[in-house]
Amino acid sequence: MKLVYFAYVREHIGYDSEEVDLPATVQTIADCLGWLAVRGEGYRAAFADPAKLLFAVDQQMADQTANITCCRELAIFPPVTGG
Amino acid sequence: MLPGTGDFSPGDGRMIRIHLPQKALDLAGEMAAINALGSGAVASFTGTARADDHAGQTVTAIELEHYPAMTSAALQALAETAMQRWPLAACCIIHRTGIIPVGDAIVLVAAASSHRVAALESCSFLIDRLKTDAPFWKKEYYDNGSARWVEAKAADTTRAQDWNIRA
Repeated sequence: MKLVYFAYVREHIGYDSEEVDLPATVQTIADCLGWLAVRGEGYRAAFADPAKLLFAVDQQMADQTANITCCRELAIFPPVTGG
Repeated sequence: MLPGTGDFSPGDGRMIRIHLPQKALDLAGEMAAINALGSGAVASFTGTARADDHAGQTVTAIELEHYPAMTSAALQALAETAMQRWPLAACCIIHRTGIIPVGDAIVLVAAASSHRVAALESCSFLIDRLKTDAPFWKKEYYDNGSARWVEAKAADTTRAQDWNIRA
């Protein structure tokens, strides 16, 4: 699965995307955040306030309970500020 | 091929134009194109990069990051929602991305209808919902060389949600 990051999430983690193989224990976005957070300080900083993060599963907005076992691309980003 | 100024895509008799240029917007050209459709009523909103002050520093430029795989589809869906809700002949959403110097336009939203109320209300709806539904992120650059991600405003969320309950 491809993970893509934007804005301060991208800056904390240090790259804009990465390919990962999720373990079978990771079923939802919330599971994925927990799994990623132990990978390093950048992830912990990016996910420090998970209630403020937004997610898109295959380019459709989703919440943390969404199942991602069949997802091709999960995007993690802060609240949007365009316009 | 990239669309030129004012190129509307017709679909089901509805004219929609979504464009994400990385250079200065041609505001006059875009407005001329939507006015030329002859609908009778055209409303527009232009958002411009401001020289705001933050903690004693002045903004010199802003950067608009976006999610290329999602942005156009999100804006198209927004335009189609407006088309279903109001009797519009056309609407356009033009959003610049990349580095934008202070004074330059960031976004142009315009709606054309044969009725002014539909044009005005839909234009307001489009910019309110764009601010909460489209994957853009704004970073401010200051005159001392520092930079800061702009935080989402609760008031913008409230305005966008108000359209759920308005008749």
